[in-house]
Amino acid sequence: MRHNIRIAVGPVQFRIGSDWAEPVAALARLYAAYPQDETRPADATVRLYANRPWRRWLRPSVHIGGDYIVPDALPLPLSMGLLAAEMGMNLQIALGWRRHLLLHASAVARDGRSVILSGASGSGKSTLAALLGEAGWRLMGDEFTLIDPASGDALAFPRAVSLKNEAIAEVAARVDAARLGPLLAGTPKGDIRHLIPRADAVAAMHEPVRPVLLLFPQFGGAPAIERIGEGEAFVRLTEASTNYIALGEAGFAALTRLVRETPAFTIAYPDSASGMALVEQLWAEAVR
Amino acid sequence: MSTIRTLVDLLAGRRDAAALAPREWDGVIAVARAEALLATLAHRLSGAALPQPVAQLLGDARAAAAVATAQAMWEAEMARRALGPAGVHFVLLKGAAYAAADLPCAPGRQIGDLDILVARDALPAAEAALLAAGWEWVKEDAYDDAYYRDHMHELPPLIHKLRDRMIDVHHTIIPPTARPNPDAASMLDRAIMLPNGYRVLHPFDRMIHCAAHLFADGDLAGGLRNLWDFHCLTRDFQARGDCDSGTPDGALGYDEWLGDMGYRAKLWGLGPAVRRALHLSAALFGDEADYRRLSLGDRLFRARLLARDDWGRETRPLLRLAFYIRSHWLRMPPLMLARHLWTKWRKGRGAAR
Repeated sequence: MRHNIRIAVGPVQFRIGSDWAEPVAALARLYAAYPQDETRPADATVRLYANRPWRRWLRPSVHIGGDYIVPDALPLPLSMGLLAAEMGMNLQIALGWRRHLLLHASAVARDGRSVILSGASGSGKSTLAALLGEAGWRLMGDEFTLIDPASGDALAFPRAVSLKNEAIAEVAARVDAARLGPLLAGTPKGDIRHLIPRADAVAAMHEPVRPVLLLFPQFGGAPAIERIGEGEAFVRLTEASTNYIALGEAGFAALTRLVRETPAFTIAYPDSASGMALVEQLWAEAVR
Repeated sequence: MSTIRTLVDLLAGRRDAAALAPREWDGVIAVARAEALLATLAHRLSGAALPQPVAQLLGDARAAAAVATAQAMWEAEMARRALGPAGVHFVLLKGAAYAAADLPCAPGRQIGDLDILVARDALPAAEAALLAAGWEWVKEDAYDDAYYRDHMHELPPLIHKLRDRMIDVHHTIIPPTARPNPDAASMLDRAIMLPNGYRVLHPFDRMIHCAAHLFADGDLAGGLRNLWDFHCLTRDFQARGDCDSGTPDGALGYDEWLGDMGYRAKLWGLGPAVRRALHLSAALFGDEADYRRLSLGDRLFRARLLARDDWGRETRPLLRLAFYIRSHWLRMPPLMLARHLWTKWRKGRGAAR
């Protein structure tokens, strides 16, 4: 395609092609410091395209394509091309990746051990992970966490963090402005601004980490912790996995092992500070 | 050379995978995915010297395909458990049949819906047994339902409510409204019982069905995969003869079996489809010895089969459109087509309001 870029995030090598220069330039800026092996073939291809030639210039709208597509997905205006690229990359992983059990979860690590935070959009898992990533933890990823079926370890997928709405100001107050992408206002997912993970998180992205804590955060309400059983954690995580069924027996074995070996809790929290404190508290108990 | 040609050459074994440049793999992988041939390619290249990331990706594809095949064959088992007690005999078609019979094209071959063939007079019993066992109609629309029942070669598609998998119950191999007229009863008569208890079509009928599906029905979407199936089916038959039916006859010469199959195909009006499949599979996947000069028509089909670029995108929109129009033309006589499109258009307008 006319404009293109290669990006490696965790174990996945992407190739992203675009009919426009802008989304590629924005990606190039966000992913400038990521390690890059030019000889490595792409695992996943993303295409950002105009579905009619004149729509490159006339009310340009970005369709998301690639190895895997969602039929009838609505295009985005060119001003949101970066979001289209992010959605395209997520889609390829969610629908195509088979090497690992894929959890729709954020994760952070410390001392070679990790906390996995799983929850629906709005649970605050991305914001918590981003903030912990600025507070002494290694950010592993805000969207996907990969579980290696062979070892049971968690693997990082530290794409640029997608901060939404109120989380933007909260995180922006604590990081260098050079680590923030452009503000994408009024997208279908609200306001979005990307955060470039810290250099050490990117440098460590290939290091596997042992999961020691499974958390299901829920934003809102008084601070509360509730231990949940293996069965409930299992069911919640099957719902949070896009490839559990496709992996068959390997997926089942990886997930049962994860919930048997890893204590799981739901946490409710009214604000980020108390959410982070709950994570620290449970971590201290888990690694004791 | 175009990327899709590179894929074809890798499948055919004409090109050394180790000699591909790293950048060439990007396109080969994307095109193979788009044509549902990635796991097939992975099996063709297992053991080849490959760059480590490619070897790893193809290993993933093989593992994923093995799970998908097991899941697809579980659907066949579920159909057997639902239809067996009802006394409905069925024959597996396409991907499930290739896997059940362990044919050379089976490893890595994607299997979508479960396709089965039953005798026309067994349709009501098959339908009742499947509904009782948890399958449900997908098409709620009365026109679509009536259209399938009156004019199609299969029941309206059914999906299992728990497993979310589709079954297509065929009573013949192409729509009765199309011009060719295959004899489904004769196909069922000649079907072969495998040691695992599944029935599959006789090798001749398998090849004829594959060719009919490719060139006498549909718009050639996914056609390259089907042509690869056809190539493997003919190669397998040449190598093993009619051994599935317990009468090994590898001694049949190429022209003899071709004559036998050709006779059957011609009888059913499918001679041209089989001829085209033979020409094109030889041209794309065969040895030089198989190669025959392609007619202008064959070349158009070849161009349509190879209409994809190195980003996996569809190319040649006009040619694709022409084949799409042809697919409707093949399926029904002009007046019926006009009536069908008129009804569909009015429904579309109704839905848009």
